[in-house]
This record gives sequence, structure tokens and C-alpha cells, in this order.
Amino acid sequence: MSTLEIRGLKVSVDTENGAVEILKGVDLTIKSGETHAIMGPNGSGKSTLAYSIAGHPKYNITGGTVTLDGVDVLEMTVDERAKAGLFLAMQYPVEVPGVSVSNFLRTAATALRGEAPKLRTWVGEVKAAMEALSMDPSFAQRNVNEGFSGGEKKRHEIMQLELLKPKIAILDETDSGLDVDALRIVSEGVNRAKEGNNIGVVLITHYTRILRYIKPDFVHVFANGKIVEEGGPELADKLEANGYAEYVTA
Amino acid sequence: MTTLATNYLTPTGREEAWRFTPLKRLGGLHDGSAIVSDRHSLTLNSNPVNGVSFALLTAAEVNPISESDDVIVARIRDLAKEVSVLTISANTEVAEPILLKRAPGSLDSAEFSRVLIRVENHARATVIIENTGDTHLAEDLEISLAPGANLTLVSLQEWESKSIHAGRQHAVIDRDATFKSIVVTIGGSLVRLLPTVEFAAPGASCDLLGVYFATSGQFFEHRMFVDHKVPNAKSRVNYKGALAGDQAHTVWIGDVFIRAAAEGTDTYELNRNLLLSDGARADSVPNLEIETGEIVGAGHASTIGRFDDEQLFYLMSRGITLADARRLVVRGFFNEIVSEIGVDEIQNRLMDRIDAELAKAGA
Ligand SMILES: Nc1ncnc2c1ncn2[C@@H]1O[C@H](COP(=O)(O)OP(=O)(O)OP(=O)(O)O)[C@@H](O)[C@H]1O
Ligand SMILES: [Mg+2]
Repeated sequence: MSTLEIRGLKVSVDTENGAVEILKGVDLTIKSGETHAIMGPNGSGKSTLAYSIAGHPKYNITGGTVTLDGVDVLEMTVDERAKAGLFLAMQYPVEVPGVSVSNFLRTAATALRGEAPKLRTWVGEVKAAMEALSMDPSFAQRNVNEGFSGGEKKRHEIMQLELLKPKIAILDETDSGLDVDALRIVSEGVNRAKEGNNIGVVLITHYTRILRYIKPDFVHVFANGKIVEEGGPELADKLEANGYAEYVTA
Repeated sequence: MTTLATNYLTPTGREEAWRFTPLKRLGGLHDGSAIVSDRHSLTLNSNPVNGVSFALLTAAEVNPISESDDVIVARIRDLAKEVSVLTISANTEVAEPILLKRAPGSLDSAEFSRVLIRVENHARATVIIENTGDTHLAEDLEISLAPGANLTLVSLQEWESKSIHAGRQHAVIDRDATFKSIVVTIGGSLVRLLPTVEFAAPGASCDLLGVYFATSGQFFEHRMFVDHKVPNAKSRVNYKGALAGDQAHTVWIGDVFIRAAAEGTDTYELNRNLLLSDGARADSVPNLEIETGEIVGAGHASTIGRFDDEQLFYLMSRGITLADARRLVVRGFFNEIVSEIGVDEIQNRLMDRIDAELAKAGA
């Protein structure tokens, strides 16, 4: 049982005109097995929240705390956060030229498990994970995200989720850019990973369609750098019908 | 052993061709002050194959196949009494790479070496030259590709840290012949190579690939020249370098000359540099001179950059340490070219050496 606790998180980025505050005091608690949907308008700071938890160097933490089972996450390096059990499926996964998917996955698994996975079981594990997400085996030999289509990049992220088995996963718009079939395949992957390992999931999304596959326990409305309303799954339907107008002007 | 008199125009360092080179570190290869040895260090290191011969011939028997205004080449041609000649006879297809190796030399005297690789009509081969150990070496390596010939030449500079190597690798490529060269420079104090190509007839092509990795105090210069003097030839150049550590210095010059007669030329050259620490310096100068507009394409690109934070973040977000993430990115950077060598054992050895250099530099 794990708990990720975010308290009063304030984050700024450096711009040509000085620091700009993006997150203005975010409170959120995620426990193992829970699914939290975060919905909010473009530019409201959802990805900033995700990146800040993962430790992207661009974001300066100016206030608040983030702890995983009571341990300070903000003090950790990026790789230490992953080793502690955090995973971020990125909105825009990064291309790494010359590094094959297979080499990348094995290096990551070795780092996270503390020892190199046994070659024989590992090959089967990767193959199964790729098949489960309907990814062609040839992807293993391709360079990380290089030339992948938008949807292929998202499948690759969820394949990593299944292989790396984190405690808490933040999925930043994993549903964007997926066709209907891919949406179902990827959602099933998330549900498998979630059930198999009792992962706590934060699902950042603009659309309720993914919530038909991945049932949220909680829905949070994110606007202007903070959470402005919280509720159950019914809140998502209300947002889809009415949009964010009442939160943005408020 | 003799000491060569200064009977050539000795570079001062102000000449365009010498403006980056630290002449004081050339071991006197350029100014006649080197002690000349009569060493012939190049040996054949793979099993004899039908249609392939390797022999030491007298210089009188083997005229140079190209002209050069390089002062070191002039000294070599004056001094070398013999020439190491590798011949791949017509229509021979050699499946396994032909391995040439330089036996250990010396830091007290300099070898002025002439080498000729002859690939006859429609012959096809891969030649790998392994350069290791201590040396002061001035090298005039000429490569002739007869019509329809196909040669891949891999030249590995894995010298010990005090070695000095000034070499020209000049290919003359005849009709419909294909030349691919892969130059790897990771060892030595000073290495200055002139990979140059001259198209002798239409329909020929060359692919000049290279990687270099300089750490503290090393100077590596690669000065390319592709002479498109006939129509319808194609050239590609892709060199990638990394630098780490104080006073590491690399120079890449890419001169491509498309003469008036060279209609239908297709050329592109690329040089990318990864600066892994402060205090290192990469110079990169692509230079395209075009005398005819009737060409298929001509372009170049040159970059000097640092680690991409987004790539490192992505890898680290999967639990990979910063040091391992950097190692992956550097290996990935070089992999595009190193993987072209096609011999696993050599590729792994080079990648391990690159890892070790990276670790040593603490970058
Ligand atoms: N370097 C920067 N300079 C100025 N503003 C920045 C910078 N980096 C981020 N921002 C701003 O931070 C805000 C939050 O961005 P973020 O990516 O977190 O939004 P988001 O909620 O994920 O939006 P979307 O739904 O479009 O993905 C945006 O307004 C963005 O323009
Ligand atoms: Mg976003």
C-alpha cells in the first residue's frame, strides 16, 4: 500500500521575463489501487504537475511538498524517483537517437530491479508486453520513439508501464492521438498493469471516452494552476457537457 | 637512419590548411626535424585469400596515383624507398574483411610510409586497418578503385596516448565504382587525417563516414576534400565527434569542390559534434564550392551541441542513472556510424573504449 501526497505544491518556470508561477498550490493524495482523473483546460498546468513530480529540471519548486509513503520526493534525483516507484507516461515522449528500444528497456529494468533480468525470461517478457499492446516485434530493434507515430509512442509508454511495474503512475494525455482500437488496447494495458500491481493511477485527459475504459474513482478539475473542484465519475460527464467556463472565469 | 633536411616549404601555421594544427606537437613530421626510421610497420593480419596479394615493392615500381600539395606527403614521397601494396585482383569478391595492422612503432623516430590499395575491375572487398601502440607516423595511403570496384575501408586509430599520426587517405574512384570509408579516431596525442576523394569517371560514388572522440589534451583533425571533377558522381560525408575534458580539441573541415564539368553531382556532408564538458573545443567548417548549377543536389550541415536535457530526463525517468543515461546517449550518437563497420568484435571494442574514455573524463 503506497501513498503519494502532494501538499501546497507551487512551481514556476524561468522565462525571458523572469520566473512565472504555473502551479499555485496543488493538493492531491493518491493511494495504491485508486484512479484519479485530472481534467482541465489547455495551459492550466496539468503537465507541469506531472513533470514536477517526475523531477524535470525545467521546473522550479517554490513551495509545498511531495512525499511517497512519507519520504520526500522533491529531494530525489529523477532516477531515484523512478526507483522509489513513480512513473510518468509522457504527453510527448522523447526520441533518443541510436538507442534501441530493447537496449533501453533492459537498461531501465536492470536499474529498477537492481539486477539485470535473466536474458531468457526477459526476451519473453518484452515480447508478451509488446504483443499485449499490438506492437510489432520489430519495434524492439528501432530507436526509442524515433519515427514512431503519435499513437505508437503512447503504446510504447504503456508497454513500459507494464514492464516496469511502478507504485504510482501518472499518465499525461495517454489517450490523445489514439484511434478507437488503440484507445481500447492501451486502456486494457493500463487496467492490466493496475490490477496486476495495485498501481495508483493519475489520468490526465481532455476526454471522457477513455474514462469508459478506465473507471476513475475521483475526478479533479484543474484550472489556473490548481485543483478547483473534486468529485466522482459524474463530474467528468458534467465537464464534457458544460466545459470549463465556470472554473476559468471564477 | 637519416635526418631529413628542410628542403620543402615548411608550414608556419598561418596557411589555411595548417591554421588549426598545433605544429609544435607534430613531432617534426612537417619540418624535416624528425628522425627518419626505415620501419615498415604495416602487416597483413588475416589469412591469405585467392586474388588478394600484399607485398612490399620498391618506390620506383609504384608511382603515386595522385598529386598532393601537402608538405608531409611530399616528404613521404621523397623518403619512402618502398611501398606496401595491397591488390585485390579483378572480379575477386572477398567475403571476410582483409585485416591490415600496424606493428608497434616507436616514439623516438618517425616512419614515413607509403601504402597503395588497388581494387581492380569489379573486385569487391572490405579492408580494415588497425592502428595501435606507440608511433610517430607520416602516412600516404592511396586507394585506387577500378571501374565497377567496390571497397569498404575501415581505418581505426586506437593509438596509445603519446602517438602522432599525420595521414592522407586519398581515393581515386573510377567509373561506377563505390567507395565507403569509415574512419575512427579515439587514440593518440595528435592525429591529423586527410580523407580525400577524387572522382576519375562518371557514375562513381563515395560514402565517407567517421567518428572521433577526444579527451583531455588530444588533438584530432579530419580534413576532408571531395573533388567532383567529372559528371554524375555522388558523395556523402557524415562525421560525428564527441569531446570531453580540458584542452580536448577536434577539427573537422569538409571541402567539397564541384567543378564546371561536374554536372549531375549529388553531394551532402554532415558533421555533428557533442561537447560533453567545458574546456573542450570543436571546430567544424563545411565548405562547398560550386562551379556549375546543373547538379542534382549539394548541401551541408554542421552542429556543435551539448547533451539534450530532454533525452537525459526521459531515460532517467525510467530509473536509469545520469551516468548511464549519458553513456546510452553517447553510444547512441556514435552507433549510427560504428554499426556500419559490420564486425561485432570491433564494434564492441570501440564502444567499450568510448565508455571508458567517457568515464575517465568524468563527463
Ligand atoms: N518556458 C515557459 N515560458 C512561459 N510559459 C511557460 C513556459 N513553460 C510552460 N509555460 C506555461 O505553463 C503553462 C502550463 O503548461 P502545461 O504544459 O502544464 O499545461 P497543460 O495543462 O498540460 O496544457 P495541455 O492541456 O495543453 O497539455 C502554459 O500556459 C505554458 O505556456
Ligand atoms: Mg499537458
